[in-house]
Amino acid sequence: MQEENARRVISVIVVNEASVLSRITDLFSGRGYNITSLTVAPIPESKYSRLTIVTSGSIRVIEQITKQLHKLIPVLKVYEHADLVEKEMALVKFPASENITDIATLCAAYNGKIVNVGENVIITMVADEPKRVDNFLKIIMKYNPKEIVRSGAVALER
Amino acid sequence: MQISGAQMVIEALIAEEVETIFGYPGGAIMNVYDEIYKQNSFKHILTRHEQAAVHAAEGYAKASGKVGVAMITSGPGFTNAVTGLADAYMDSIPLVVISGQVPMSLIGTDAFQEIDAVGISRSCTKHNYLVTDASDLGRILKEAFYIAASGRPGPVHVDIPKDVTAQIAEFDYSIEVNLETYKPHTKGNPRQIKKAMEAIAKARRPLFYLGGGVISSNAAYEVRELVQKTGIPAVETFMARGTLAHDDELLISMLGMHGSYAANMAMSETDLVIGLGARFDDRVTGKLSEFAKNAGVIHVDIDPASISKLVNADYPIVGDVKNVVNEMLEHISLVNPSKYSSWRETIHNFGELHPLTYHEDSERIKPQWVIQRVGELLGDSANISTDVGQHQMWSAQFYPFSRPRQWISSGGLGTMGFGFPAAMGVKVASPEKISINFTGDGSILMNCQELMTAVEHKIPVINIILNNNYLGMVRQWQTLFYDKRHSQTDLSAQPDFVKLAEAFGGIGYRVTTKEEFDVALKEAVEKNVVTFIDVVVERLENVMPMVPSGGSLFNMMLLEKKERK
Repeated sequence: MQEENARRVISVIVVNEASVLSRITDLFSGRGYNITSLTVAPIPESKYSRLTIVTSGSIRVIEQITKQLHKLIPVLKVYEHADLVEKEMALVKFPASENITDIATLCAAYNGKIVNVGENVIITMVADEPKRVDNFLKIIMKYNPKEIVRSGAVALER
Repeated sequence: MQISGAQMVIEALIAEEVETIFGYPGGAIMNVYDEIYKQNSFKHILTRHEQAAVHAAEGYAKASGKVGVAMITSGPGFTNAVTGLADAYMDSIPLVVISGQVPMSLIGTDAFQEIDAVGISRSCTKHNYLVTDASDLGRILKEAFYIAASGRPGPVHVDIPKDVTAQIAEFDYSIEVNLETYKPHTKGNPRQIKKAMEAIAKARRPLFYLGGGVISSNAAYEVRELVQKTGIPAVETFMARGTLAHDDELLISMLGMHGSYAANMAMSETDLVIGLGARFDDRVTGKLSEFAKNAGVIHVDIDPASISKLVNADYPIVGDVKNVVNEMLEHISLVNPSKYSSWRETIHNFGELHPLTYHEDSERIKPQWVIQRVGELLGDSANISTDVGQHQMWSAQFYPFSRPRQWISSGGLGTMGFGFPAAMGVKVASPEKISINFTGDGSILMNCQELMTAVEHKIPVINIILNNNYLGMVRQWQTLFYDKRHSQTDLSAQPDFVKLAEAFGGIGYRVTTKEEFDVALKEAVEKNVVTFIDVVVERLENVMPMVPSGGSLFNMMLLEKKERK
């Protein structure tokens, strides 16, 4: 049995047309479902886009979400993932005064690297499973990050 | 052919064989109205409020089974129409609502009468479109009609900027609708249907639970056959009234918050719910965890999202009720009607114990009497619309319905002001029937301006106002659950309804006795003009039985037994 309010990842293939994203997000807000993260980008060489939505809820709620998504006219497919590969990217800005070697080593451990070094700041990126990104962001707090941005998860079924 | 966007709208309506549309012009939709002026193919009925235009289109759609069409302008024209869209969405009524919009170049500039119409209608329509190029308009209108009527029906809103209606572009309405992402599932899974029939054959106390989907899929006569041949009793939801004839012995009446004792008890005692086109609404189920507690559930619905939404289905069948019922009939030999005779008797006894009735113990006319009386006098010759409140529940309880699409009421949204304009649409759709609107002294004032429409277009709706000088249903809840604090529900201040009707050119009666009522109704039918019959009824009558909100179906407040005088 699935626990209540389990985290779920849903992929939605939609026609890439005006206001389609609003239809999806309106559905979530209108019916009181949560969105933890949402990413969207066109599928190359097609008229479709792919959304990856991370949400949470009981089995019944998740079932309703997938059914209600299906009901939207521009929605082609809805996948509720069970066995998936999931990645998320994060960019972090540090003061240049922090220990750059430590930061670089940490990034490498989380599948990342330093992507920009300026006069005042260092910018790093990591790309890993969302849970590991959480960990990374916890660990780097002692290096006084100035800004953090997360991309939201993307996922593919195995 | 190369024509303007406005002409495309006209051509599309003609191609869809639309006979009547309801609407109200304004700045942004004027190009289309100019083309309406020039054509003779369909009739335009000018309502006196945009909300009424949409409700009239709903009434038309519900009575005829066709797609209803309403047309409005941008800004306030559109926002006035939103209640109608929401109403149609909740009750799955097929509509195409066309609104004007400010020109493309002005969108987003807070222009005069600009509002983000598709942003507003998104959550209360089945689908909507903002047309940005006239070359898309033909395809969009064709899709709009297709989406409105297919699958689980619903309203589709098409918002057209003024410059798009002026733009000349190629128009070809013969194109096929090709929506890769929208393919409603209409045929039920045959194996699942057979399994369901086997479950019915095994059950000892099965019960048909009929919903509005039976009406919208035109399956009432097939359902009648299925009920007849299986000998299984049936309860109807509010939306399904008229599926079975009132004198059908297997019909137990309506269930739910104001359902009959027998219907609610049958639902509580059944061991197999056979849900056809019903959606287990909270007004039907009461407390979910106690609803049909020991029963298996067969759930047939065209909308997969309705299945197992609130009550888990053991036999989910996605499909059009009509197709599925026809297929169920093929397995009819599995079922032995005599098996359920003691179950039928149990239900019969429930009905004897607490019949659906009322007490004639007052000087004043009882509201329920009025509805029964109209049923006796007009019966099948009338279509019955209602507004929302006590009169609505009494109509559902006491009118002797004999056919599908005879009953038109706002179920899901519960829109006061729905009844009169809807009854106009009903009359336009089926002129051979008398169009009655049962209403209350609260509801009728929420669209009484439609007297003008009804007079101008000679639409003789008979509005029967059950006048208790109260916002009755709210007053009932205040009496029962708020210690009789009747906050803002005393409607003692009210117009002279006779003069009000007459001021517009209609006719009016004020009635205080049964004899006067009979005379007024007879005259109204003969005179064939829009009428208000203002019936003074018992002020403090409550709708009974009643399942308090959130309570279990079997815990009903019942009509008090009459004391002997």
